[in-house]
Amino acid sequence: MNETLFTNGKIVTPLGPISEDILIKNGAVVEIGTNLKTSGEIVDCGGSLVGPGFVDIHVHFREPGQEWKEDIGSGSAAAAAGGFTAVVTMPNTEPAIDSGYLARFVLDRGREEGLVEVVPAGAVTLRREGEKLAHLDELWAAGVRIFSDDGSPVEDAGLLRRAMEYLAELGGVVAQHPEDRGLTRGGHMHEGSVSSRLGMAGLPAIGEEIMVARDLALVRLTGARYHVQHVSTAGTVELVRKAKAEGLSVTAEATPHHLMLDHREVERMNPDAKMYPPLRRPADVEAVRDGIADGTIDAVATDHAPHAAHEKDVPFEDAPRGIIGLETAAAVVNTAVGMDAVEFFQRMSIGPSQIAGLNSQGRWPEPGGQANLVVFDPNAKWTPDVFASRAENSPFIGRPLKGRVVATMYDGRMTFRDGKVQR
Amino acid sequence: MKHFLNTDVVSREDLESLLDLSDEFVEVLDRQIPKVPALRGKTVAMLFFEASTRTRLSFERAAKALSADTMSFSPSTSSLSKGESLKDTALTIKAMGADALVVRHQSTGAQWRIADWTGLPVLNAGDGAHQHPTQALLDALTIRQHFGTLDGLRIAIVGDIRHSRVARSDISTFSKLGAEVTLAAPSTLLPVDWEGWPVKVAGSIDDVLDVDVVYLLRIQAERGGASVFPSLPEYVSRFGMTRQRFALLAESAIVMHPGPMNRGVEIAPEVADHPRARILEQVSNGVAVRMAVLFRLLGGEVHDE
Repeated sequence: MNETLFTNGKIVTPLGPISEDILIKNGAVVEIGTNLKTSGEIVDCGGSLVGPGFVDIHVHFREPGQEWKEDIGSGSAAAAAGGFTAVVTMPNTEPAIDSGYLARFVLDRGREEGLVEVVPAGAVTLRREGEKLAHLDELWAAGVRIFSDDGSPVEDAGLLRRAMEYLAELGGVVAQHPEDRGLTRGGHMHEGSVSSRLGMAGLPAIGEEIMVARDLALVRLTGARYHVQHVSTAGTVELVRKAKAEGLSVTAEATPHHLMLDHREVERMNPDAKMYPPLRRPADVEAVRDGIADGTIDAVATDHAPHAAHEKDVPFEDAPRGIIGLETAAAVVNTAVGMDAVEFFQRMSIGPSQIAGLNSQGRWPEPGGQANLVVFDPNAKWTPDVFASRAENSPFIGRPLKGRVVATMYDGRMTFRDGKVQR
Repeated sequence: MKHFLNTDVVSREDLESLLDLSDEFVEVLDRQIPKVPALRGKTVAMLFFEASTRTRLSFERAAKALSADTMSFSPSTSSLSKGESLKDTALTIKAMGADALVVRHQSTGAQWRIADWTGLPVLNAGDGAHQHPTQALLDALTIRQHFGTLDGLRIAIVGDIRHSRVARSDISTFSKLGAEVTLAAPSTLLPVDWEGWPVKVAGSIDDVLDVDVVYLLRIQAERGGASVFPSLPEYVSRFGMTRQRFALLAESAIVMHPGPMNRGVEIAPEVADHPRARILEQVSNGVAVRMAVLFRLLGGEVHDE
């Protein structure tokens, strides 16, 4: 009999944290109460929160095709270290995940690693080329629920309309990387005062907003479930807020870095401050924070985008875009946004899990549920330096953060404890 | 001063002392043997990752006039074309014994990275559309020679400011030295956001013909500057320094251009060749200011033999 008892923790329930113990047996929560006993392993939580394992619906694990940056094994380790029990991998691999067998490959590799539930997102278009629909039925049958050409937008409105109509029938989510390339082409950072001073071509905020506005018109037409990936501007937050008020089935995510950092980070021209969408103005950071705090933005999603050290060790404009985020996400959100424990777990676990349609993730701890848990100390102070990820392209290295993952349990098994990934 | 990368962070005092030193080197360059032994035994490497004639030759001439040795590098014939990284190229050149690096690169901030990687003094000879600090010094020297000071002068910078590293370096240098700077360009060639810049902005060259200095810039087609206005004739009609406009300038006013010029576009041929166009003086002064900066960074002493 395989048992684990979490003691001395605060279990997060929809009504707030309660100081009780939680007993896990054979992969499931069996009891929550006081003075529970076990013959198995005891985890002293030291007063930390015990909540549903974090769920990240936007990661890049680079497998297949770019395993020198990351693979499903190293990415899973990073997820476990960050308190995550499920991730949705973006399909911009080589080849792109645009058909059933490729989705099954990612699922199989995730199970093989066994550190976190790895669920692939499928491409909307074949090879993410934006010309023909991907094998949406095959992907759906393989278990794909989120469809995105992430890294690129689905630009053609006619094609997006067909994808929305088709996926509305299936119940899938169309997730858009909103970027009008007529407005953003050649850009390296947010277009504004800092880009003007540095003489760098910029990606204007409206390049994101104009595509979200267009897509919302298509949502009205098709009734599709639509998800805005990596919201980065005040204007996008406002569009999503209004769309929700209107009753459209719209959800949104924001990255931890867009909650803490603004475009002034680029003044030092550090390539670890380069990503798409770029770091925006302080007022945008404020608006995205407010959107997360009030639930307009349903989910934190890291856009974990690993690159090898030598690839980032070049001038800013020549560097590939993207930063890693899994291992700093919870701390950055906890540091940047004032939320209570319930709201925090809603954005880090419940909300994203609902978007991705994951059945055994994102559930408040209760007897009977699969044991996907994280022990999180919201008061611990630390400074990120080393990572379980294969990559280290993080702008948070050396930055003091508040809130640290103490332990992660996936499917009843400890995957992270004592600062180490438990393989 | 360890590096010379960005005029924004150089104080007025340092700018003036570099200009004073440049004046001394102007005098050296006038001698029968225009050479001093100040940097004898030092090696200056020229790393020009982007096409350049005048700046590279000017730096080479400056280094040699200080008796430094030079090494030169051009990307088309180098290991870069075999896939070598910028970092490895820089470290390789350092290992050959360079004491300072003069770097031009098409990417903003490349010089800052190279300075970090190598620990050597780095002179920015132009990074992207960001900074070209020795150009700003030579421009300031040219203006100071003509007017005695920049204090209180009115200077108009006209043309493709958005894509111009010269403009960015000039604006901070001229304004720090007391001049009042006005930019004139179509809105698509102005920086997107110039809030907080020490400048005024005019909508046409005709609004700035009452200034002391008209500084003309080339349209940077290679950085996308050509697709942002309807046609060259339309550009010339609003922003070209034509003969007619030149005739409206004050008798004391001068015209400048960093080169390379496109005659008939931003500057009429007759204006380019007029004695009050100081374009060749700018080129000559370039050697002197680059001597001054090399001398400052490599810590030489002035002594005649």
